[in-house]
Amino acid sequence: MNDEVVLRGRGIAKFMDQGEALVTRHGISFFGGVDPSTGVVRERGHELFGTDLTRRVLVFPKGKGSTVGSYVLYQLRKNGHAPAAIINVETEAIIAAGCILAEIPLVDRLEVDPVAAIRTGDWVEVDGRSGLVRVMRRGPDQ
Amino acid sequence: MDLDGEEELMLGGGEGTAVRKAMELLVAIGEVMGAERMVKISSAQVSGVSYGNIGEAGLEFLEDWAENGARVRVQTTLNPCGMDLERWQEMGVDEHYREKQLRIIEAFRDMGVITTCTCTPYLVGNLPREGDHVAWSESSAVCYANSVIGARTNREGGPSALAAAIVGRTPMYGLHLEENRAPTVVIEVEAELRTRHDFSLLGYAVGRRIGTGVPLFKGIRRADRDCLKMMCAALAASGGIALFHIPGLTPEGGRWRCEGLERVTIGDREIEDCRNALTSGGEPDLCCIGCPHCSLEELGEVARLVKGRKVAQGKGLWVWTSKRVRDEGERAGHVRTIEEAGGKVFADTCMVVCPLERAGFGHMVTDSCKAAHYVPSTAGMKVRVAGLSEAVEGVLEHE
Repeated sequence: MNDEVVLRGRGIAKFMDQGEALVTRHGISFFGGVDPSTGVVRERGHELFGTDLTRRVLVFPKGKGSTVGSYVLYQLRKNGHAPAAIINVETEAIIAAGCILAEIPLVDRLEVDPVAAIRTGDWVEVDGRSGLVRVMRRGPDQ
Repeated sequence: MDLDGEEELMLGGGEGTAVRKAMELLVAIGEVMGAERMVKISSAQVSGVSYGNIGEAGLEFLEDWAENGARVRVQTTLNPCGMDLERWQEMGVDEHYREKQLRIIEAFRDMGVITTCTCTPYLVGNLPREGDHVAWSESSAVCYANSVIGARTNREGGPSALAAAIVGRTPMYGLHLEENRAPTVVIEVEAELRTRHDFSLLGYAVGRRIGTGVPLFKGIRRADRDCLKMMCAALAASGGIALFHIPGLTPEGGRWRCEGLERVTIGDREIEDCRNALTSGGEPDLCCIGCPHCSLEELGEVARLVKGRKVAQGKGLWVWTSKRVRDEGERAGHVRTIEEAGGKVFADTCMVVCPLERAGFGHMVTDSCKAAHYVPSTAGMKVRVAGLSEAVEGVLEHE
């Protein structure tokens, strides 16, 4: 059974994409925290340590760390390892700037807490223009 | 956000892809921060210049933007980069690092940026007027611009400051708005302030104590430009403070009522706590002066202290400043005096952003709490803080 839900949020980076959700309750610093050549999280102690972010719809509370993190998102895109989309609880300037540069859809301020409402493995479509997030509990082929 | 016709044109791509991208970035940040409109800026100061900091990610981005025709439209200067652009070899920087660093500088130059690399833009001609809106990103310079000059800037990130320079505007939120410039806490200064280093310690203590907000200082009777510069750097390092007021000394200091505000007292004990927190045991082998970058007066003070003396065997005296101040210091004879004593005067970079660990020293003494705050993590070195004369004296030869 395909359980589908549409969540309404605020579209910040006005692009569209979809992918498999990867959800964490930890903030993410792209500078120092994510390897720009592989897309793998390398921040020690992070819930996603060792996980590849490539093409995932990344759901986390908000960005942290240096503003150089914006450049890392750009480099991830160039290297083919950018996340498909980002959903934040409440985003901030580093992630917003990086998503614009890297053309990654970014939505925040959903009507429900996305870290609780979306589960790792869900298939998620993100529309950064309308702020709409469509969550499917199973992969699209099942 | 409410954009004017020219801004709409930029956002629509009417001025090319680089301008469109810069405007998209600023609109996104403006929306996130709740800005209602853009405000025109008179100058920009861009951080994220050192190769050690921005790495391949930043280098690629900057070269791409330069190639796409990005050009700044207001006076724009750079933060310190990762090496002295002329004397990199003396710092232990290798050819690979140098090549990358020069490409970064070249990309900025292609975008029309003045490639003088300093955290004290206000000492080298990037000096806004009171009331000007600007987009600066170096945290100590942001605090100085807001507090001492009376200009208005948020703590921009490197990418947003560059984007602001390219469109000549920044989103109007935070410290661009009068209502956010009011003091949030009163600091009663009971500690005695004699030297610049004392001001650095005071700033560090206040940042540690309050974290963020707009402090209004009572009990500071006199402070020169360099004292305030040191205090700005420390306030922004131990805390996230981007604006303070001192009635009678800073341009907006007399504007505010303080009734009902929280009051915090900083006395000799709080200062001593900071000194201890920034000091580890052992004997320093490298004295670093110039965080923020030295003024000509500070350079002169170091020169007077070392005149006719020698830096001890196995120790170092490294002084950091902007290219412009070093040139002035050369004309005044200060640089020669310091270098005859065995010290070095580096420009365009500093102890926090250069690969200091490659120089072969293990324990830094400095008069700057900001430098002492960062160097243990950036270079893995032990630190100690002291007033300028004590710090310098500690690395000189003694009979």
